[in-house]
Amino acid sequence: MTKDRLSGIILLLLAVFVMIETRVLPLGTHSRPGPGYLPLLLSSFLAILGVILIVWGRLASSWRSVKWSEGLHALAILAGSVFTTLTLETLGYRLTMLILMVFLFGVMERLKWWMVFSLSVGLSFGSFWLFDTMLKVILPRGGLGF
Amino acid sequence: MGETLQNLYLGFSTALIPMNFFYGFMGCLVGTLVGVLPGVGPLAGISLLLPTTFGLNPTSAIILLSGIYYGAMYGGSTTSILMRIPGEAASVMTCIDGYALAQKGRAGPALAISAIGSYIAGTASVIGLMLLAPPLAKYALRFGPPEYFSLLVLGLLVLGYMTGGPMVKNLTMIVLGLLFGMIGIDHFSGYFRFSYGLVALGDGIGIVPVAVGLFGISEILTTAGQSIRPEVIKPRLKDLLPSKKELRDSMAPIGRGSLLGFLIGIIPGSAHIISTFISYAVERRVSKHPERFGKGAIEGVAGPESANNAASCGALVPMLALGVPTGPIPAVLLAALMVHGINPGPMLIKEQPVIFWGLIASMYVGNFILLLLNLPLVGIFVNFLRVPYKILYPTILMLCVVGVYAVNSSIVDVWIMIVMGILGYVLRKYDFEPAPMVLGVVLAPIVEMSFRQALAMSAGSYMIFVQRPISVVFLVATLVMIILALKPLVKKGKDWRERFTKVEKDEET
Repeated sequence: MTKDRLSGIILLLLAVFVMIETRVLPLGTHSRPGPGYLPLLLSSFLAILGVILIVWGRLASSWRSVKWSEGLHALAILAGSVFTTLTLETLGYRLTMLILMVFLFGVMERLKWWMVFSLSVGLSFGSFWLFDTMLKVILPRGGLGF
Repeated sequence: MGETLQNLYLGFSTALIPMNFFYGFMGCLVGTLVGVLPGVGPLAGISLLLPTTFGLNPTSAIILLSGIYYGAMYGGSTTSILMRIPGEAASVMTCIDGYALAQKGRAGPALAISAIGSYIAGTASVIGLMLLAPPLAKYALRFGPPEYFSLLVLGLLVLGYMTGGPMVKNLTMIVLGLLFGMIGIDHFSGYFRFSYGLVALGDGIGIVPVAVGLFGISEILTTAGQSIRPEVIKPRLKDLLPSKKELRDSMAPIGRGSLLGFLIGIIPGSAHIISTFISYAVERRVSKHPERFGKGAIEGVAGPESANNAASCGALVPMLALGVPTGPIPAVLLAALMVHGINPGPMLIKEQPVIFWGLIASMYVGNFILLLLNLPLVGIFVNFLRVPYKILYPTILMLCVVGVYAVNSSIVDVWIMIVMGILGYVLRKYDFEPAPMVLGVVLAPIVEMSFRQALAMSAGSYMIFVQRPISVVFLVATLVMIILALKPLVKKGKDWRERFTKVEKDEET
């Protein structure tokens, strides 16, 4: 299986999914197209492009050739981002960012403890001061007032 | 001409108000930093600072954000010349001869020529923008829904063609972007589309979470775990002055780069990047000593650096005159105007002269500020390059969250950013370009509106798109673009877009 063929199959499935989802929307007529008209046209076009990729993708490199060497690191950053999104409004911006920074600087990058401390506190509280206090961008405070 | 001068006076009296001057200066400063730091492009920089402009008036906001855009073009050359790392994708070509000059001890003159070229090109292209945008806007008033639809299709296809890589893949990105752009309430019927009961998706998915996710987060994920700390050459102030010969050799490339860059900038696509490739190729071709290129030819710095600045200004022509962005960065600038309640389109220049002419005048001032910032202060900017990447990326991640959350104070936007980040990461692995998708998301509402209005006008006949002359011109140009894209299938050998993609990939690795 080549990279392009795999991409083509995924795009084809996605197009079929959109077509199915479009069924609940009124199509309208040619003179008065409804909300489902253009999405159906576009998903049909996407399906055609998916088929082209499947047909012409035989010469592309194998999907196994894709390197994921940074994958674990990326996964950890993603986990940190998901945690941030889940807790941003409940813990508040400062506390959430403090935890995220400690995780990234301390656990992921293994910086010295004093650097982890100063960078995490400085960035989480400093950015809050800059954006919320100075630039009047409203950031969440959370139940604990942070 | 008298009217233009009168408008320019209005512009300068707007741009030189202390508050607007301050925001213009800040935009240039942040833009230079964004350009200097590898991994933070102008798109991410503008998107992240967009929420901070909500409290400003629209003129100050657009002056600040566009300052970041053209400021990044100046800053990008610094890392290219001193470290052989393009701080910004548009500075890839500067790496070749800029770094070679630095190794010969001519880093100072290379930086100086780059700044002078950027200044001349930036100023010249502002004149072009000033003269071209108003008549173009006047002409665009003749456009009805069919013309707009054909123009948008042409714009999307040109972007797909110019982005590099296989056209089929770029087309899938455009279609995906258009589909993403249709999430939310249908403005004609009030139906919720693809929102799965999430009220927050009613307004659709915003350009900022999409752009920050696809470009900012995916970049962090792709470069995760890298420990980049290359050697930095620090130039001395007294070495900045170029010799008379270097100045003489640079003048023609600066002129050619300015003209090429401005014209390419108007065309949809990553114009500021493409213009540097074309400018470098032109300079090499017209040079009496092409063998010097790659070994430290000052023309190889002067041409591309002038071209990318001129292109960034040229890209503002269709954005301001037609309300049609030609790439992701003008799209975010346009979104910024819309956030402030300004309706983009041909009427913008007429209805909002203070914004348009204020921006024009601020760009004259901004280019001068950038010249001053980038020459004497280059030593200070270089110090930012010493920040290790393992400290830089958590900071960028934090800024991404702040920037996206602050747009609507919506946690759903942060989720969208993460999903787009994962999507962008996987797309990069599978050789798909995310830029056409961003433009698709932005243009989807206008594309759909003009398409449906055109069909309503013609009682359902698709012939309306080929019965109106202006629309036909756009569709013929679209057809030419498709034929050009199919050429590699018939004629063997790599076309320029494949070479462009290859160079970009080589630089990434």
